[in-house]
Amino acid sequence: MKNYGLILVLLLLLLFGACVLSVCIGAVKISASELWSIIAHHSGLSTSGNFTRQQEAVLLNIRLPRVLLGAVVGGVLAIAGSALQGLFRNPLAEPGLIGISSGASLFAVMMIVLEHRYFSFMTAALGYHALAIAAFIGACITTFAVYRLAVGNGKADITTLLLAGIAINALAGSFTGLLTYMATDDQLRNITFWTLGSLGGASWQTLTGVLPFATVSLVVLPFFSKSLNALALGESQAGHMGINVTVLKRLIIVMATLGVGASVAISGMIGFVGLVIPHILRMAFSADHRLVVPGSALLGASVLVLADLVARTLFAPAELPIGILTAIIGAPVFIYIILIERRKRGGIY
Amino acid sequence: MIEVRNIHYAVGAAKLVENISFDVQPGEMLAVIGANGAGKSTLLKLLCKEISPTKGDIYIRKRSIETYKLDALAKFRAVLAQINTLSISFKVHELVMMGRYPHFVHKPTEDDLRIVKTAMEETGITEFANRDYNTLSGGEQQRVQLARVIAQIYDQPKGLLFLDEPTNGLDLLYQQQILSLARGLANRGYCVISILHDINFASRYADKIMILKKGKRVAFGKPQEVITCENIHEAFNIQVRLFHDDEFKCPLVIPSMTLSEQTISK
Repeated sequence: MKNYGLILVLLLLLLFGACVLSVCIGAVKISASELWSIIAHHSGLSTSGNFTRQQEAVLLNIRLPRVLLGAVVGGVLAIAGSALQGLFRNPLAEPGLIGISSGASLFAVMMIVLEHRYFSFMTAALGYHALAIAAFIGACITTFAVYRLAVGNGKADITTLLLAGIAINALAGSFTGLLTYMATDDQLRNITFWTLGSLGGASWQTLTGVLPFATVSLVVLPFFSKSLNALALGESQAGHMGINVTVLKRLIIVMATLGVGASVAISGMIGFVGLVIPHILRMAFSADHRLVVPGSALLGASVLVLADLVARTLFAPAELPIGILTAIIGAPVFIYIILIERRKRGGIY
Repeated sequence: MIEVRNIHYAVGAAKLVENISFDVQPGEMLAVIGANGAGKSTLLKLLCKEISPTKGDIYIRKRSIETYKLDALAKFRAVLAQINTLSISFKVHELVMMGRYPHFVHKPTEDDLRIVKTAMEETGITEFANRDYNTLSGGEQQRVQLARVIAQIYDQPKGLLFLDEPTNGLDLLYQQQILSLARGLANRGYCVISILHDINFASRYADKIMILKKGKRVAFGKPQEVITCENIHEAFNIQVRLFHDDEFKCPLVIPSMTLSEQTISK
């Protein structure tokens, strides 16, 4: 237990380091001392202006919201992944499994393709945020459909939930495909970029849009850690230990959908973070959810902040979609984890 | 401690438990025996509040089971299920600590740590404390699970312990160890209810035996009264012979060599 606190503090420092690094590096360079004097200047600690106006503007209006958005999105994806892996008692679970991503992308694509014909009222009312809001609504609708399909006698059966997830994902995917088929070249480009994921849309406005939902998930999910540990023994065993499994399932699914739905709405589909981050922590330290759940939030945040740093600097001034990068890094890491796990079990399956 | 009054449980037209009544006092161990599909596990689920009886009442400590919340029950009632697979690998001591989960909010107290240590000592698993649960043998895993449920109710005098075929798939030594531990808990004042397959083990360790058949009670009472050729034949549809041994308080049951004519004619 004591170790967990230390590990979490170290992860927090890692996140802090990643954020500092990420706000400083880019087309406009900001040194550590310049960063400090901008912060000092704004918090009224000092009046020395040891920085340029441009640096200040870039930091406050571009870098900072983007880095924070990266941290929030990465944190939410990873924490939701860890909680869902615990809930499904399956290490392959990730937020996409219960329909969050497929629903969000269906509605996002619908907005992109059919906007002029049917949804111009939404754009008129919500402006720039229409796409994000549509994606969020889509995430909630599909997840709700998956959950409803799996509920019988007030209880959601996990196997049915997984199967319903596959079915609804396939259905949403087919409609997305149909819309893609109808799309014009311009729209196709938009769709592709949305599907690959990007933090390019970051601003204080988008950040404040995600933050309420993300905060709820990030704050509430760690409280289920102990129950998730007990759930590893089995559903009835968890019940014998006094845990109301029905309520637990409902709460975790709602929390994951809120956070991930809002993140996907803003940043598009960013894969592998939700799947791989909890595995890394489990392999490196312990499977105890009291470490893995909060730790996933911190490590996921750090990883996405750094991935975004690479995505926007590697081919600058062009930007690589971050979803490509997380998959390029995530897949080999995942393969490595599989191999290590296999060796641990002595090659026996 | 536990009073069960005329409970019924049906799923659709299938009556899984029919009009069963019994009671168990603190310090007593009740063994439930019966053929496959006799309703033993359903009965245990009813006692655990996993399912609710369609008719009849269950009282625990003089209160209807319906008035208890799950977490209140978990404080003094532990259950060892038949199948225990672990989806995520935990260390043995972490798993035993899970038994204390109903008692602490976030951090285990000194008491919790001490109880976990004692439970591991009593079940003889201290040497595996830092091993990965999934690398243990079946018998070792079962003892770890038993340590977990013992830890759950260790500081609860007159706690309740339910065991669902705790000796399944274990060799004779482990079977004996596990039942001796259960017996020891009963002697300390716990109320133990165990589903068992082996009739001789049941009569050797339990104070009372209940025989079930197709959801109905065939017999309930002390082993000497309940273990008769007629009752065994009625419940299991096999012919048995009883042997009397001076060292045991009740007869030993041995299947007779030939199947009954009745069995064959079916």
